[in-house]
Amino acid sequence: MVRTADLLPLAVAVPLFGAVVLAVGGRWLPRVAIDALATAWAALEVAGLAVLWQRTGDGHSVSWLGGWYPVRGESVGIVLVGDRIGIGLALLAGALVLAVVVYSWRYFDEPPVQHAGTFPALILLFEAGMCGFALTGDLFDAFVFFELMGAAAYALTGYRIEDPRPVQGALIFGVVNSLGAYCTLLGIGLLYARTGELGLAQIGLKLAGHHADSLLTAAFVLVITGLLVKAAVVPFHFWLPDAHAVAPTPVCMLLSGVMVELGLYGTLRIYWVVFSGPHGIAPPHLRATFVAAGVLTALVGAVMCWQQRHLKRMLAFSTVGHVGLFLIGMALLTPEGIAGVALYVAAHAGVKAALFATAGVLLDRHGSVDEHGLYGRGRDLPLVGALFGLGGLALAGLPPFGTSLGKAVTEHAAGDRFPWLPVVFVLVSAATGGAVLRACARIFAGVGPRPREHDDGTETTGSGEAPEIRDPQRPIPIPMLAVPAALLCASLAAGLLPGFGSALAHAARQFTDRTAYTAAVFGHAVTPSAPLPEVGWSVEGVLLALASTALAALFAAAAVWGTGLPWHGVGRAVRQRVVLPLRRLHSGHLGDYVTWLVVGVAVLLVVMAA
Amino acid sequence: MSRTARIRLFWVAAAVFAVAYTAACTGLPRFGTEVHPYGTRAVTSALHRHTANAVSAVNFDQRALDTLGEESILFAAVLGTIVLLRRTRDERVGQPTAGRVLPSTRLLGLVLLPVTLLTGVYIVAHGQLSPGGGFQGGVILATGLHMAYVAADYRVLKRVRPLSVLDVADAVGAGAFVALGFAGLIAGGAYLQNVLPLGTFGQLSSGGLVPVLNAAVGVEVGSGLIVLLASFLDQAVEVRSQDRSGSGGGT
Amino acid sequence: MTILPFLSAGWIFLAGVYGLVTSRNAIHAVGCLAVAQSSTYVLLLTVGYRRGGTAPYFTDTPLGTRVVDPVVQALALTDVVVGATVTALLLGLVMQVRKRHGTVDPDALTGLKG
Repeated sequence: MVRTADLLPLAVAVPLFGAVVLAVGGRWLPRVAIDALATAWAALEVAGLAVLWQRTGDGHSVSWLGGWYPVRGESVGIVLVGDRIGIGLALLAGALVLAVVVYSWRYFDEPPVQHAGTFPALILLFEAGMCGFALTGDLFDAFVFFELMGAAAYALTGYRIEDPRPVQGALIFGVVNSLGAYCTLLGIGLLYARTGELGLAQIGLKLAGHHADSLLTAAFVLVITGLLVKAAVVPFHFWLPDAHAVAPTPVCMLLSGVMVELGLYGTLRIYWVVFSGPHGIAPPHLRATFVAAGVLTALVGAVMCWQQRHLKRMLAFSTVGHVGLFLIGMALLTPEGIAGVALYVAAHAGVKAALFATAGVLLDRHGSVDEHGLYGRGRDLPLVGALFGLGGLALAGLPPFGTSLGKAVTEHAAGDRFPWLPVVFVLVSAATGGAVLRACARIFAGVGPRPREHDDGTETTGSGEAPEIRDPQRPIPIPMLAVPAALLCASLAAGLLPGFGSALAHAARQFTDRTAYTAAVFGHAVTPSAPLPEVGWSVEGVLLALASTALAALFAAAAVWGTGLPWHGVGRAVRQRVVLPLRRLHSGHLGDYVTWLVVGVAVLLVVMAA
Repeated sequence: MSRTARIRLFWVAAAVFAVAYTAACTGLPRFGTEVHPYGTRAVTSALHRHTANAVSAVNFDQRALDTLGEESILFAAVLGTIVLLRRTRDERVGQPTAGRVLPSTRLLGLVLLPVTLLTGVYIVAHGQLSPGGGFQGGVILATGLHMAYVAADYRVLKRVRPLSVLDVADAVGAGAFVALGFAGLIAGGAYLQNVLPLGTFGQLSSGGLVPVLNAAVGVEVGSGLIVLLASFLDQAVEVRSQDRSGSGGGT
Repeated sequence: MTILPFLSAGWIFLAGVYGLVTSRNAIHAVGCLAVAQSSTYVLLLTVGYRRGGTAPYFTDTPLGTRVVDPVVQALALTDVVVGATVTALLLGLVMQVRKRHGTVDPDALTGLKG
């Protein structure tokens, strides 16, 4: 019988070992055996994490690697700490990896010679990085797993080297994310200089003995920079659409579904354990900064999402928009906000992965993900269209999807403090969902007039993509339809199962309790004292959700049929004045993106020091 | 953004960064301070585990999980490079032509090859005692082999470089690190716990798990690096794209 | 001027970033990224310095000798390997960019925009 604490390192070691087995076995095993082995391995990881989730309950599981248990409150080892938010994210990553592995059965027709196991091996390495990052309680160790995630993700993004765009997107992804990671490491260096510790809880305890000063602020900003880059918060977000638009579809499912959200998780975890103590970063200050950043991110994501005709790019910007909403919810620094976001993230992962998966079917059939070019060409794929449309509705917040419940709970928490915030939630959900519905109506139903071509050289069209599979005559493989259907069902279940919400409510209370985390690291169990947030359907939440869904449908209808209507002129003026300059900022230029990264750091430094 | 606008924006942001970073540095402890709580504990723990090289003790015992993660990054990079630099449908392989090598270069390479390989093995094996270890030794082993390329030519390198074996060795080295971690669990301790006999301080056999992990890392780094370089060399020397098939590559 | 060693890390970082911002060649950009990264080595090693300390090896040095912090050296070593491997991956990508686009000038690589 495996001890609960040992399940933490196993969550990292199992996928690592799986990657080795697949890399070696890929030389001799037939394709079917490799796919089966990868699936079995991903399932094993999910099972292990599920047991860990179950056994950890509302407490913490703690494992001191190498048996370096603390002596008189000090240790030289690395600690892994699992609470239900961290384990839940690892479990989400595990579940998505399983979905991805099944989805990509026989996906790539031409694996590298003698290295047929490389793709699933890289996926498992990516998973190990994500699980390690979610479970570690050590700052430098978090950096290492962050980089493991990165290295695997860059390679996976550039996988289709025959096509010019993926290699370029992957290069931008790699450079911008690595630079962010080095900022984080500079911050870690400053923190180590001040405290002489690397464990999150240990640094937090030592920092409480110093006064807040410019060193603390600078270290905080630098440490979170890398994480905000990963989370694609404006203005660190530029890499995301470029990488997501070009990565193979199964990889997009992982990037959008869970990796980006891990950046937010890391930011808040580090804030809570390290910087929220006495003499730390003041909560009101942080709340104001992050809510502002969240609103900006949400609006930029929504506007840019609406403008896209490249389906994967559209979905990528929708992720940016939703990350903004998640950031708002987390920045409230309340258990209710965290609980809502946790539910929102879990359900969003299912929906977004399902949407990418269906976009992958279009890419497979028609070698294009261009909304205009595919006009009416999806009529022969009614099932795919239904899945895509349902995904769009779920993105907009249609009850009883988990996205809707998560949005309602977060909205409520946000509205308590800033009464105008629910408007942002409704608008962003409606715009991102509406964009998907618009594309769905045009592609799968062929409604409305054929979109006019007005290529002004500021956009990526999405036509002429190399299909990821080279046999359009074969029937659509069953996994490519079963996986998105299952993901949407899971998202539905997240909204309907009452036990899930209450588990996340407990988890959120635990996550927001600095004392409980620190005590658990040193072997004491402390029950959080904060009141348990309420996670459940409310009349207000359902009404707002229905409003955002209706608004999304309205947006889509107006876009498809409304070209001759009077507001069209107003729309054009807005597009010229506001939207076009915004689109021009997304220039695809590496130097621009790096500049924005430094600008973001500078703004944060000024704002946090103020 | 235009180039000038970009550079101006950068200077503004960089100025803010410079001011904030300088202000932060004034809050740091004095350069060369006596206070290194973690470092002091790490040295004590290293000596406790009979590991004379405290840096190796941190890397392979106290913070072995970091090293496991870093090993995996290397493994991911090797797999990634194999994928990214694979030969595509529209590329064909050219025949590298032999370049001219001075006899003195050839002789020097012949002498240095065994010396370098021996040095590599020595540095891997003494990681627990003196500066060095699996990474440093592994890199020397990998570069040593490329002496064959410098002193002879690409075809000789290909003969002394059994890629399919090294490829597997790289994965096995990475797998061995993961698997050695299980030793602690089997012995009833924690993952990656140093449960092997610690030996006599200052001896080659001291340090318990440290030299064993070092050997695993040495195998992985050495073979991984050769595979990595092979992908790049293949691209530079052998692979021709369809449209520029005329140019032959000298070695 | 005891903060000068710390400041040098910031200087190196900004120099690397400046190179990235103004780069006209992707290989040069990857090199600049490595420069920016090397600032982290400098900072870590500076932080771990102990005045009059020697290297933390006790094979020939007697026990109890004043040594510098071994932890930052281990971190720097990890960091070096991470940096080298990521650089290799990025250079691999640059090679493919050159092959597919015929250029490595970021100014000419504008296929992804809007």
